[in-house]
Amino acid sequence: MERVPVLKIGDILLVSIQIDMEDQVALQLQEDLAERIVATGCHGVIIDISALDIVDSFVGRTLATIAAISRVLDAETVVVGMRPAVAITLVELGLSLPGIRTALNVELGMDLLAREREDNGDDDEETNGLEGAETPAVPAP
Amino acid sequence: MTLSADEAARFAVVLEDHQEALVTFWTDRVAATLRGRLSHAELQRQNAELRRGFQQALAGSAQDLSGEAATELRAQLAELSATRARQGFSTTETAVSIFSLKDAVLAALDTQGQVDAATLRDYIAFSSFVDEAALFTFDSYVRVREELIADQAEQLLELSTPVVKLWEGVVAVPLVGTLDSARAQVVMERLLQTLVDTGSPYAIIDITGVPAVDTQVAQHILKTVVAARLMGADCIISGIRPQIAQTIVALGIEFGDIATKSSLADALRYVLTQTGKKAR
Amino acid sequence: MNEPGRRIEVASDQDVVRVRQQVRTLAVAVKLSLVDQTKIVTAASELARNTLVYGGGGWVEVAPADNGRRKGIRIVFSDHGPGIADLDLAFTDGYTTGGGLGLGLSGARRLVDEFDIVTAVGEGTTITVTKWCR
Repeated sequence: MERVPVLKIGDILLVSIQIDMEDQVALQLQEDLAERIVATGCHGVIIDISALDIVDSFVGRTLATIAAISRVLDAETVVVGMRPAVAITLVELGLSLPGIRTALNVELGMDLLAREREDNGDDDEETNGLEGAETPAVPAP
Repeated sequence: MTLSADEAARFAVVLEDHQEALVTFWTDRVAATLRGRLSHAELQRQNAELRRGFQQALAGSAQDLSGEAATELRAQLAELSATRARQGFSTTETAVSIFSLKDAVLAALDTQGQVDAATLRDYIAFSSFVDEAALFTFDSYVRVREELIADQAEQLLELSTPVVKLWEGVVAVPLVGTLDSARAQVVMERLLQTLVDTGSPYAIIDITGVPAVDTQVAQHILKTVVAARLMGADCIISGIRPQIAQTIVALGIEFGDIATKSSLADALRYVLTQTGKKAR
Repeated sequence: MNEPGRRIEVASDQDVVRVRQQVRTLAVAVKLSLVDQTKIVTAASELARNTLVYGGGGWVEVAPADNGRRKGIRIVFSDHGPGIADLDLAFTDGYTTGGGLGLGLSGARRLVDEFDIVTAVGEGTTITVTKWCR
Protein backbone atom coordinates (compact mmCIF):
# COMPACT_ATOMS: atom_id res chain seq x y z
CA MET A 1 0.00 0.00 0.00
CA GLU A 2 1.23 3.48 -0.86
CA ARG A 3 1.84 5.99 1.90
CA VAL A 4 1.53 9.75 1.85
CA PRO A 5 4.79 11.35 3.05
CA VAL A 6 4.69 13.83 5.93
CA LEU A 7 7.40 16.53 5.89
CA LYS A 8 8.46 18.66 8.84
CA ILE A 9 9.30 22.28 8.07
CA GLY A 10 10.10 24.29 11.18
CA ASP A 11 7.04 24.19 13.39
CA ILE A 12 4.83 22.85 10.64
CA LEU A 13 4.04 19.43 9.22
CA LEU A 14 3.48 19.55 5.48
CA VAL A 15 1.53 16.87 3.66
CA SER A 16 1.16 17.00 -0.09
CA ILE A 17 -1.29 14.43 -1.39
CA GLN A 18 -0.13 13.50 -4.89
CA ILE A 19 -1.99 10.24 -5.47
CA ASP A 20 -5.55 9.05 -5.95
CA MET A 21 -5.88 7.67 -2.42
CA GLU A 22 -7.51 4.40 -1.54
CA ASP A 23 -9.61 4.71 1.57
CA GLN A 24 -7.01 2.73 3.53
CA VAL A 25 -4.26 5.17 2.51
CA ALA A 26 -6.35 8.07 3.81
CA LEU A 27 -6.88 6.32 7.12
CA GLN A 28 -3.17 5.53 7.33
CA LEU A 29 -2.39 9.22 6.78
CA GLN A 30 -4.73 10.09 9.64
CA GLU A 31 -2.78 7.77 11.97
CA ASP A 32 0.65 8.86 10.71
CA LEU A 33 -0.17 12.53 11.26
CA ALA A 34 -1.39 12.01 14.81
CA GLU A 35 1.86 10.20 15.62
CA ARG A 36 4.05 12.81 13.94
CA ILE A 37 2.32 15.70 15.73
CA VAL A 38 3.03 14.10 19.08
CA ALA A 39 6.56 13.07 18.11
CA THR A 40 7.58 16.48 16.74
CA GLY A 41 5.51 18.79 18.90
CA CYS A 42 4.52 20.75 15.80
CA HIS A 43 1.67 23.23 16.18
CA GLY A 44 0.55 23.41 12.59
CA VAL A 45 -0.41 20.99 9.82
CA ILE A 46 -0.73 21.97 6.19
CA ILE A 47 -2.40 19.52 3.83
CA ASP A 48 -1.90 20.42 0.19
CA ILE A 49 -4.64 18.93 -1.99
CA SER A 50 -3.85 20.88 -5.18
CA ALA A 51 -3.04 17.62 -6.96
CA LEU A 52 -6.38 16.00 -6.08
CA ASP A 53 -8.90 16.16 -8.90
CA ILE A 54 -11.71 15.00 -6.66
CA VAL A 55 -12.57 15.06 -2.98
CA ASP A 56 -15.43 12.75 -2.12
CA SER A 57 -17.25 12.46 1.18
CA PHE A 58 -14.78 9.87 2.48
CA VAL A 59 -11.74 12.07 1.88
CA GLY A 60 -13.71 15.06 3.17
CA ARG A 61 -14.55 13.21 6.36
CA THR A 62 -10.92 12.09 6.77
CA LEU A 63 -9.73 15.71 6.44
CA ALA A 64 -12.28 16.80 9.06
CA THR A 65 -11.17 14.01 11.40
CA ILE A 66 -7.49 14.93 10.94
CA ALA A 67 -8.34 18.56 11.79
CA ALA A 68 -10.22 17.48 14.91
CA ILE A 69 -7.48 15.10 16.08
CA SER A 70 -4.75 17.70 15.56
CA ARG A 71 -6.76 20.27 17.46
CA VAL A 72 -6.90 17.92 20.42
CA LEU A 73 -3.12 17.60 20.09
CA ASP A 74 -2.79 21.42 20.02
CA ALA A 75 -2.03 21.72 16.32
CA GLU A 76 -4.05 23.72 13.81
CA THR A 77 -4.77 22.16 10.41
CA VAL A 78 -5.06 24.14 7.19
CA VAL A 79 -6.16 22.48 3.95
CA VAL A 80 -4.68 24.34 0.98
CA GLY A 81 -4.88 24.33 -2.80
CA MET A 82 -8.39 23.01 -3.36
CA ARG A 83 -9.21 23.26 -7.05
CA PRO A 84 -12.24 25.33 -8.13
CA ALA A 85 -13.96 22.33 -9.76
CA VAL A 86 -13.50 20.36 -6.54
CA ALA A 87 -14.95 23.18 -4.44
CA ILE A 88 -17.97 23.54 -6.75
CA THR A 89 -18.55 19.78 -6.60
CA LEU A 90 -18.29 19.70 -2.80
CA VAL A 91 -20.89 22.47 -2.52
CA GLU A 92 -23.23 20.51 -4.80
CA LEU A 93 -22.52 17.31 -2.86
CA GLY A 94 -23.52 19.14 0.30
CA LEU A 95 -20.16 18.70 2.01
CA SER A 96 -19.09 21.87 3.79
CA LEU A 97 -16.04 20.54 5.70
CA PRO A 98 -17.00 22.13 9.00
CA GLY A 99 -14.14 22.95 11.31
CA ILE A 100 -11.52 22.91 8.58
CA ARG A 101 -9.41 26.00 7.91
CA THR A 102 -8.57 26.52 4.27
CA ALA A 103 -6.18 28.70 2.26
CA LEU A 104 -5.54 29.14 -1.43
CA ASN A 105 -1.95 27.93 -1.40
CA VAL A 106 0.80 26.68 0.89
CA GLU A 107 2.21 30.16 1.41
CA LEU A 108 -1.12 31.65 2.49
CA GLY A 109 -1.65 28.57 4.66
CA MET A 110 1.63 29.23 6.46
CA ASP A 111 0.63 32.90 6.91
CA LEU A 112 -2.66 31.78 8.42
CA LEU A 113 -0.93 29.45 10.88
CA ALA A 114 1.64 32.12 11.81
CA ARG A 115 -1.14 34.63 12.51
CA GLU A 116 -3.02 32.08 14.59
CA ARG A 117 -0.02 31.44 16.82
CA GLU A 118 0.61 35.17 17.16
CA ASP A 119 -3.01 35.94 17.99
CA ASN A 120 -3.11 33.31 20.64
CA GLY A 121 0.34 33.97 22.02
CA ASP A 122 1.30 31.24 24.42
CA ASP A 123 -2.24 31.04 25.63
CA ASP A 124 -3.71 27.83 24.35
CA GLU A 125 -7.41 28.62 24.94
CA GLU A 126 -8.33 29.73 21.42
CA THR A 127 -9.70 28.44 18.16
CA ASN A 128 -13.36 29.15 18.26
CA GLY A 129 -13.02 29.58 14.52
CA LEU A 130 -14.59 33.01 14.26
CA GLU A 131 -11.85 34.38 12.08
CA GLY A 132 -10.63 32.98 8.82
CA ALA A 133 -12.56 30.74 6.52
CA GLU A 134 -15.19 28.67 8.23
CA THR A 135 -17.63 27.07 5.88
CA PRO A 136 -21.37 27.46 6.30
CA ALA A 137 -23.69 25.01 4.66
CA VAL A 138 -25.73 26.13 1.65
CA PRO A 139 -29.43 25.99 2.47
CA ALA A 140 -31.34 23.59 0.26
CA PRO A 141 -32.90 25.21 -2.85
CA MET B 1 -45.58 25.30 -58.91
CA THR B 2 -42.78 25.27 -61.42
CA LEU B 3 -42.18 27.24 -64.56
CA SER B 4 -42.17 25.49 -67.90
CA ALA B 5 -39.04 25.94 -69.99
CA ASP B 6 -41.01 28.19 -72.39
CA GLU B 7 -42.30 30.41 -69.62
CA ALA B 8 -38.83 30.74 -68.17
CA ALA B 9 -37.41 31.66 -71.54
CA ARG B 10 -40.15 34.24 -72.21
CA PHE B 11 -39.46 35.89 -68.89
CA ALA B 12 -35.77 36.00 -69.42
CA VAL B 13 -36.59 38.01 -72.55
CA VAL B 14 -38.91 40.38 -70.65
CA LEU B 15 -36.23 40.95 -68.00
CA GLU B 16 -33.69 41.63 -70.75
CA ASP B 17 -35.82 43.92 -72.95
CA HIS B 18 -37.20 46.10 -70.18
CA GLN B 19 -34.19 46.08 -67.95
CA GLU B 20 -33.82 49.82 -67.43
CA ALA B 21 -37.48 50.63 -66.82
CA LEU B 22 -37.77 47.55 -64.66
CA VAL B 23 -34.85 48.36 -62.38
CA THR B 24 -35.95 51.97 -62.02
CA PHE B 25 -39.54 51.05 -61.14
CA TRP B 26 -38.37 48.29 -58.80
CA THR B 27 -35.85 50.55 -57.04
CA ASP B 28 -38.51 53.22 -56.50
CA ARG B 29 -40.79 50.68 -54.89
CA VAL B 30 -38.11 49.27 -52.60
CA ALA B 31 -36.83 52.73 -51.70
CA ALA B 32 -40.36 53.67 -50.60
CA THR B 33 -40.57 50.71 -48.19
CA LEU B 34 -37.11 51.28 -46.74
CA ARG B 35 -37.78 55.01 -46.26
CA GLY B 36 -34.34 56.28 -47.11
CA ARG B 37 -32.33 53.97 -44.90
CA LEU B 38 -30.42 52.77 -47.95
CA SER B 39 -29.31 55.19 -50.63
CA HIS B 40 -31.12 55.16 -53.97
CA ALA B 41 -27.88 54.51 -55.82
CA GLU B 42 -27.08 51.55 -53.60
CA LEU B 43 -30.53 50.03 -54.17
CA GLN B 44 -30.29 50.68 -57.89
CA ARG B 45 -27.02 48.75 -57.99
CA GLN B 46 -28.43 45.87 -55.90
CA ASN B 47 -31.55 45.57 -58.01
CA ALA B 48 -29.61 45.71 -61.25
CA GLU B 49 -27.53 42.79 -60.02
CA LEU B 50 -30.56 40.86 -58.83
CA ARG B 51 -32.30 41.44 -62.17
CA ARG B 52 -29.27 39.99 -63.90
CA GLY B 53 -29.41 37.07 -61.48
CA PHE B 54 -33.07 36.39 -62.20
CA GLN B 55 -32.52 36.74 -65.91
CA GLN B 56 -29.58 34.37 -65.97
CA ALA B 57 -31.43 31.81 -63.88
CA LEU B 58 -34.43 31.94 -66.19
CA ALA B 59 -32.35 31.97 -69.35
CA GLY B 60 -30.68 28.84 -68.02
CA SER B 61 -34.28 27.58 -67.87
CA ALA B 62 -34.47 27.30 -64.09
CA GLN B 63 -37.92 25.91 -63.37
CA ASP B 64 -37.73 26.64 -59.68
CA LEU B 65 -35.28 28.08 -57.23
CA SER B 66 -33.70 24.82 -56.15
CA GLY B 67 -32.29 23.97 -59.59
CA GLU B 68 -28.73 24.11 -60.82
CA ALA B 69 -29.38 27.16 -63.01
CA ALA B 70 -30.52 29.17 -60.01
CA THR B 71 -27.37 28.58 -57.94
CA GLU B 72 -26.02 32.04 -58.63
CA LEU B 73 -29.38 33.64 -57.85
CA ARG B 74 -29.67 31.78 -54.57
CA ALA B 75 -26.26 33.01 -53.52
CA GLN B 76 -27.30 36.59 -54.39
CA LEU B 77 -30.51 36.26 -52.38
CA ALA B 78 -28.71 34.80 -49.38
CA GLU B 79 -26.17 37.60 -49.55
CA LEU B 80 -28.95 40.19 -49.70
CA SER B 81 -30.73 38.75 -46.64
CA ALA B 82 -27.51 38.50 -44.68
CA THR B 83 -26.66 42.13 -45.39
CA ARG B 84 -30.16 43.32 -44.57
CA ALA B 85 -30.27 41.27 -41.36
CA ARG B 86 -26.95 42.74 -40.22
CA GLN B 87 -28.11 46.27 -41.12
CA GLY B 88 -31.14 45.75 -38.89
CA PHE B 89 -33.91 45.61 -41.51
CA SER B 90 -36.95 43.50 -40.70
CA THR B 91 -37.83 40.25 -42.46
CA THR B 92 -40.79 41.96 -44.12
CA GLU B 93 -38.65 44.78 -45.44
CA THR B 94 -36.20 42.24 -46.80
CA ALA B 95 -38.86 40.07 -48.46
CA VAL B 96 -40.71 43.07 -49.90
CA SER B 97 -37.52 44.03 -51.73
CA ILE B 98 -38.01 40.86 -53.76
CA PHE B 99 -41.82 40.87 -53.92
CA SER B 100 -41.81 44.31 -55.54
CA LEU B 101 -40.06 42.84 -58.56
CA LYS B 102 -43.54 41.51 -59.47
CA ASP B 103 -44.98 45.02 -59.55
CA ALA B 104 -42.12 46.12 -61.72
CA VAL B 105 -42.65 43.23 -64.12
CA LEU B 106 -46.39 43.86 -64.28
CA ALA B 107 -45.75 47.52 -65.04
CA ALA B 108 -43.32 46.53 -67.77
CA LEU B 109 -45.81 44.11 -69.35
CA ASP B 110 -48.71 46.45 -69.01
CA THR B 111 -47.36 49.32 -71.06
CA GLN B 112 -50.51 49.64 -73.13
CA GLY B 113 -52.85 49.35 -70.13
CA GLN B 114 -54.13 46.12 -71.58
CA VAL B 115 -52.78 42.69 -70.87
CA ASP B 116 -53.93 39.63 -72.77
CA ALA B 117 -54.82 36.38 -71.06
CA ALA B 118 -51.66 34.59 -72.23
CA THR B 119 -49.39 37.24 -70.73
CA LEU B 120 -51.39 37.16 -67.52
CA ARG B 121 -50.93 33.39 -67.25
CA ASP B 122 -47.21 33.87 -67.78
CA TYR B 123 -47.20 36.57 -65.20
CA ILE B 124 -48.82 34.31 -62.61
CA ALA B 125 -46.27 31.59 -63.25
CA PHE B 126 -43.45 34.09 -62.93
CA SER B 127 -45.05 35.50 -59.80
CA SER B 128 -44.80 32.19 -58.07
CA PHE B 129 -41.11 32.03 -58.96
CA VAL B 130 -40.56 35.43 -57.36
CA ASP B 131 -42.59 34.35 -54.32
CA GLU B 132 -40.29 31.41 -53.92
CA ALA B 133 -37.30 33.71 -54.09
CA ALA B 134 -38.81 36.03 -51.48
CA LEU B 135 -39.52 33.12 -49.15
CA PHE B 136 -35.95 32.01 -49.65
CA THR B 137 -34.73 35.40 -48.36
CA PHE B 138 -37.00 34.87 -45.38
CA ASP B 139 -35.29 31.62 -44.51
CA SER B 140 -31.79 32.91 -44.95
CA TYR B 141 -32.67 36.04 -43.01
CA VAL B 142 -33.82 34.00 -40.03
CA ARG B 143 -30.74 31.81 -40.23
CA VAL B 144 -28.41 34.80 -40.25
CA ARG B 145 -30.27 36.39 -37.34
CA GLU B 146 -30.03 33.21 -35.32
CA GLU B 147 -26.29 33.08 -35.92
CA LEU B 148 -26.05 36.73 -34.92
CA ILE B 149 -27.99 36.11 -31.72
CA ALA B 150 -25.90 33.09 -30.81
CA ASP B 151 -22.70 35.04 -31.44
CA GLN B 152 -23.91 37.96 -29.41
CA ALA B 153 -25.01 35.76 -26.52
CA GLU B 154 -21.54 34.26 -26.45
CA GLN B 155 -19.86 37.64 -26.64
CA LEU B 156 -22.12 38.93 -23.90
CA LEU B 157 -21.19 36.04 -21.68
CA GLU B 158 -17.53 36.86 -22.22
CA LEU B 159 -18.00 40.59 -21.86
CA SER B 160 -20.29 40.60 -18.91
CA THR B 161 -18.19 38.52 -16.57
CA PRO B 162 -14.85 40.23 -16.19
CA VAL B 163 -12.89 39.47 -13.05
CA VAL B 164 -10.70 42.44 -12.15
CA LYS B 165 -7.92 42.85 -9.64
CA LEU B 166 -8.82 45.73 -7.33
CA TRP B 167 -5.95 45.62 -4.89
CA GLU B 168 -3.16 43.30 -3.85
CA GLY B 169 -5.05 40.17 -2.82
CA VAL B 170 -8.49 41.51 -3.75
CA VAL B 171 -10.39 40.70 -6.94
CA ALA B 172 -13.84 41.93 -7.98
CA VAL B 173 -16.56 40.70 -10.32
CA PRO B 174 -19.04 43.36 -11.34
CA LEU B 175 -22.13 41.39 -12.38
CA VAL B 176 -24.24 43.06 -15.05
CA GLY B 177 -27.57 41.79 -16.35
CA THR B 178 -29.73 38.81 -15.61
CA LEU B 179 -28.02 35.81 -14.06
CA ASP B 180 -29.33 32.56 -15.48
CA SER B 181 -27.78 29.33 -14.37
CA ALA B 182 -25.50 28.99 -17.42
CA ARG B 183 -24.07 32.44 -16.79
CA ALA B 184 -23.89 31.95 -13.06
CA GLN B 185 -21.81 28.86 -13.69
CA VAL B 186 -19.38 30.72 -15.94
CA VAL B 187 -19.07 33.53 -13.41
CA MET B 188 -18.54 31.09 -10.57
CA GLU B 189 -15.84 29.10 -12.32
CA ARG B 190 -14.02 32.16 -13.59
CA LEU B 191 -14.05 33.87 -10.22
CA LEU B 192 -12.76 30.82 -8.39
CA GLN B 193 -10.04 30.21 -11.00
CA THR B 194 -8.92 33.85 -10.71
CA LEU B 195 -8.63 33.44 -6.93
CA VAL B 196 -6.25 30.53 -7.48
CA ASP B 197 -4.29 32.21 -10.28
CA THR B 198 -3.76 35.46 -8.40
CA GLY B 199 -3.59 33.96 -4.91
CA SER B 200 -6.19 36.50 -3.78
CA PRO B 201 -7.88 35.63 -0.49
CA TYR B 202 -10.65 38.20 -1.05
CA ALA B 203 -13.30 38.53 -3.73
CA ILE B 204 -15.95 41.22 -4.04
CA ILE B 205 -19.08 40.27 -5.96
CA ASP B 206 -20.74 43.51 -7.02
CA ILE B 207 -24.39 43.13 -8.01
CA THR B 208 -25.15 46.79 -8.78
CA GLY B 209 -25.92 45.83 -12.38
CA VAL B 210 -28.18 42.89 -11.57
CA PRO B 211 -31.79 43.99 -12.20
CA ALA B 212 -33.44 41.52 -9.85
CA VAL B 213 -32.46 38.96 -7.28
CA ASP B 214 -34.69 35.93 -6.93
CA THR B 215 -34.09 32.80 -4.92
CA GLN B 216 -32.27 31.14 -7.81
CA VAL B 217 -29.83 34.01 -8.31
CA ALA B 218 -29.26 34.21 -4.57
CA GLN B 219 -28.62 30.47 -4.54
CA HIS B 220 -25.97 30.82 -7.25
CA ILE B 221 -24.23 33.64 -5.39
CA LEU B 222 -24.38 31.71 -2.12
CA LYS B 223 -22.87 28.61 -3.72
CA THR B 224 -20.03 30.69 -5.15
CA VAL B 225 -19.34 32.18 -1.74
CA VAL B 226 -19.34 28.76 -0.06
CA ALA B 227 -17.09 27.27 -2.77
CA ALA B 228 -14.68 30.19 -2.34
CA ARG B 229 -14.60 29.60 1.40
CA LEU B 230 -13.84 25.94 0.88
CA MET B 231 -10.84 27.08 -1.13
CA GLY B 232 -9.78 29.53 1.55
CA ALA B 233 -11.04 32.84 0.20
CA ASP B 234 -13.67 35.23 1.51
CA CYS B 235 -16.37 36.84 -0.60
CA ILE B 236 -18.07 40.14 0.07
CA ILE B 237 -21.27 41.02 -1.75
CA SER B 238 -21.65 44.68 -2.65
CA GLY B 239 -23.97 46.93 -4.62
CA ILE B 240 -27.19 45.82 -2.98
CA ARG B 241 -29.81 48.39 -3.93
CA PRO B 242 -32.69 49.21 -1.55
CA GLN B 243 -35.34 47.34 -3.54
CA ILE B 244 -33.09 44.30 -3.82
CA ALA B 245 -32.53 44.33 -0.06
CA GLN B 246 -36.32 44.37 0.31
CA THR B 247 -36.74 41.42 -2.06
CA ILE B 248 -34.03 39.47 -0.27
CA VAL B 249 -35.78 39.91 3.05
CA ALA B 250 -39.23 39.28 1.59
CA LEU B 251 -38.07 36.03 -0.02
CA GLY B 252 -36.49 34.94 3.24
CA ILE B 253 -33.07 34.47 1.68
CA GLU B 254 -30.43 34.01 4.35
CA PHE B 255 -27.01 35.40 3.55
CA GLY B 256 -25.87 34.12 6.93
CA ASP B 257 -22.51 35.48 7.98
CA ILE B 258 -21.58 36.62 4.46
CA ALA B 259 -20.49 40.25 4.50
CA THR B 260 -22.78 42.49 2.44
CA LYS B 261 -22.00 46.13 1.66
CA SER B 262 -24.04 48.73 -0.18
CA SER B 263 -21.23 49.92 -2.46
CA LEU B 264 -18.05 48.57 -4.00
CA ALA B 265 -16.10 51.30 -2.20
CA ASP B 266 -17.50 50.17 1.16
CA ALA B 267 -16.61 46.58 0.35
CA LEU B 268 -13.03 47.50 -0.55
CA ARG B 269 -12.69 49.57 2.61
CA TYR B 270 -13.98 46.63 4.61
CA VAL B 271 -11.50 44.21 3.00
CA LEU B 272 -8.59 46.58 3.59
CA THR B 273 -9.54 46.92 7.25
CA GLN B 274 -9.70 43.14 7.51
CA THR B 275 -6.29 42.61 5.89
CA GLY B 276 -4.84 45.45 7.98
CA LYS B 277 -6.06 43.66 11.06
CA LYS B 278 -4.55 40.41 9.92
CA ALA B 279 -1.22 41.93 8.90
CA ARG B 280 -0.64 43.71 12.18
CA MET C 1 -27.76 3.41 -28.98
CA ASN C 2 -25.42 2.70 -26.16
CA GLU C 3 -22.25 0.78 -26.61
CA PRO C 4 -21.55 -1.95 -24.12
CA GLY C 5 -19.42 -0.68 -21.28
CA ARG C 6 -16.49 -1.90 -19.35
CA ARG C 7 -17.43 -3.95 -16.31
CA ILE C 8 -15.37 -3.59 -13.15
CA GLU C 9 -15.78 -5.95 -10.21
CA VAL C 10 -15.96 -4.04 -6.94
CA ALA C 11 -14.63 -6.07 -4.04
CA SER C 12 -12.04 -3.84 -2.41
CA ASP C 13 -10.75 -0.29 -1.91
CA GLN C 14 -8.50 -0.57 -4.94
CA ASP C 15 -11.52 -1.33 -7.11
CA VAL C 16 -13.14 1.95 -6.06
CA VAL C 17 -9.99 3.74 -7.24
CA ARG C 18 -10.16 1.78 -10.52
CA VAL C 19 -13.79 2.85 -11.00
CA ARG C 20 -12.79 6.48 -10.48
CA GLN C 21 -9.97 6.19 -13.02
CA GLN C 22 -12.16 4.46 -15.57
CA VAL C 23 -14.88 7.10 -15.20
CA ARG C 24 -12.34 9.92 -15.45
CA THR C 25 -10.82 8.51 -18.65
CA LEU C 26 -14.22 8.18 -20.30
CA ALA C 27 -15.42 11.58 -19.04
CA VAL C 28 -12.40 13.18 -20.71
CA ALA C 29 -13.00 11.15 -23.87
CA VAL C 30 -16.64 12.28 -24.25
CA LYS C 31 -15.49 15.86 -23.61
CA LEU C 32 -17.35 16.67 -20.42
CA SER C 33 -16.37 20.08 -19.01
CA LEU C 34 -13.81 20.09 -16.19
CA VAL C 35 -16.45 20.77 -13.54
CA ASP C 36 -18.73 18.06 -14.95
CA GLN C 37 -15.82 15.59 -15.05
CA THR C 38 -15.18 16.33 -11.39
CA LYS C 39 -18.87 15.91 -10.55
CA ILE C 40 -19.31 12.55 -12.28
CA VAL C 41 -16.06 11.12 -10.89
CA THR C 42 -17.06 12.23 -7.39
CA ALA C 43 -20.55 10.72 -7.79
CA ALA C 44 -19.00 7.48 -9.08
CA SER C 45 -16.68 7.37 -6.11
CA GLU C 46 -19.58 7.77 -3.67
CA LEU C 47 -21.74 5.15 -5.36
CA ALA C 48 -18.94 2.63 -5.89
CA ARG C 49 -18.09 2.91 -2.21
CA ASN C 50 -21.76 2.31 -1.37
CA THR C 51 -21.68 -0.81 -3.55
CA LEU C 52 -18.67 -2.02 -1.59
CA VAL C 53 -19.65 -0.98 1.93
CA TYR C 54 -23.43 -1.43 1.94
CA GLY C 55 -23.90 -3.89 -0.91
CA GLY C 56 -21.03 -6.11 0.18
CA GLY C 57 -19.42 -5.74 -3.25
CA GLY C 58 -20.76 -6.03 -6.76
CA TRP C 59 -19.89 -4.57 -10.14
CA VAL C 60 -19.77 -1.24 -11.92
CA GLU C 61 -20.22 -0.72 -15.64
CA VAL C 62 -18.97 2.46 -17.30
CA ALA C 63 -20.19 3.25 -20.82
CA PRO C 64 -20.51 6.18 -23.20
CA ALA C 65 -24.10 7.36 -23.73
CA ASP C 66 -25.67 9.07 -26.73
CA ASN C 67 -29.31 10.15 -26.95
CA GLY C 68 -28.96 11.51 -30.48
CA ARG C 69 -28.72 15.10 -29.31
CA ARG C 70 -26.00 14.89 -26.72
CA LYS C 71 -23.16 12.67 -25.70
CA GLY C 72 -22.49 11.68 -22.17
CA ILE C 73 -21.49 8.93 -19.82
CA ARG C 74 -23.63 6.29 -18.15
CA ILE C 75 -22.59 4.27 -15.13
CA VAL C 76 -24.38 1.30 -13.57
CA PHE C 77 -23.66 0.21 -9.98
CA SER C 78 -25.05 -3.16 -8.98
CA ASP C 79 -24.87 -5.34 -5.90
CA HIS C 80 -26.66 -8.33 -4.36
CA GLY C 81 -26.61 -6.85 -0.91
CA PRO C 82 -29.43 -6.32 1.58
CA GLY C 83 -31.21 -3.67 -0.56
CA ILE C 84 -32.67 -0.45 0.75
CA ALA C 85 -35.88 -0.70 2.78
CA ASP C 86 -36.79 2.97 3.00
CA LEU C 87 -35.69 4.94 -0.07
CA ASP C 88 -36.98 8.28 1.19
CA LEU C 89 -34.92 7.90 4.32
CA ALA C 90 -31.87 6.78 2.38
CA PHE C 91 -32.05 9.97 0.31
CA THR C 92 -32.20 12.21 3.35
CA ASP C 93 -29.04 14.29 3.79
CA GLY C 94 -27.18 13.13 6.85
CA TYR C 95 -28.90 9.75 7.19
CA THR C 96 -26.46 6.86 7.39
CA THR C 97 -26.38 3.27 8.51
CA GLY C 98 -22.71 2.81 7.79
CA GLY C 99 -21.04 5.48 9.89
CA GLY C 100 -20.44 7.80 6.91
CA LEU C 101 -21.58 11.37 6.48
CA GLY C 102 -24.87 10.27 4.95
CA LEU C 103 -24.25 12.24 1.77
CA GLY C 104 -23.44 9.41 -0.62
CA LEU C 105 -26.82 8.76 -2.22
CA SER C 106 -28.41 12.19 -1.92
CA GLY C 107 -25.18 13.98 -2.82
CA ALA C 108 -24.47 11.75 -5.80
CA ARG C 109 -27.98 12.36 -7.10
CA ARG C 110 -27.32 16.12 -7.07
CA LEU C 111 -24.12 15.65 -9.07
CA VAL C 112 -25.63 13.82 -12.06
CA ASP C 113 -28.31 14.58 -14.67
CA GLU C 114 -30.23 11.32 -14.47
CA PHE C 115 -30.47 9.01 -11.49
CA ASP C 116 -32.37 5.75 -11.46
CA ILE C 117 -32.50 3.30 -8.58
CA VAL C 118 -33.97 -0.19 -8.41
CA THR C 119 -33.80 -1.92 -5.06
CA ALA C 120 -35.46 -4.80 -3.25
CA VAL C 121 -34.88 -5.90 0.31
CA GLY C 122 -32.78 -9.05 0.38
CA GLU C 123 -32.05 -8.94 -3.35
CA GLY C 124 -29.79 -5.98 -3.93
CA THR C 125 -29.58 -2.54 -5.43
CA THR C 126 -28.89 -1.30 -8.95
CA ILE C 127 -28.28 2.39 -9.55
CA THR C 128 -27.90 3.92 -13.03
CA VAL C 129 -26.61 7.45 -13.41
CA THR C 130 -26.07 9.57 -16.52
CA LYS C 131 -24.20 12.82 -17.05
CA TRP C 132 -24.67 14.68 -20.36
CA CYS C 133 -22.32 17.07 -22.07
CA ARG C 134 -23.65 20.61 -22.04
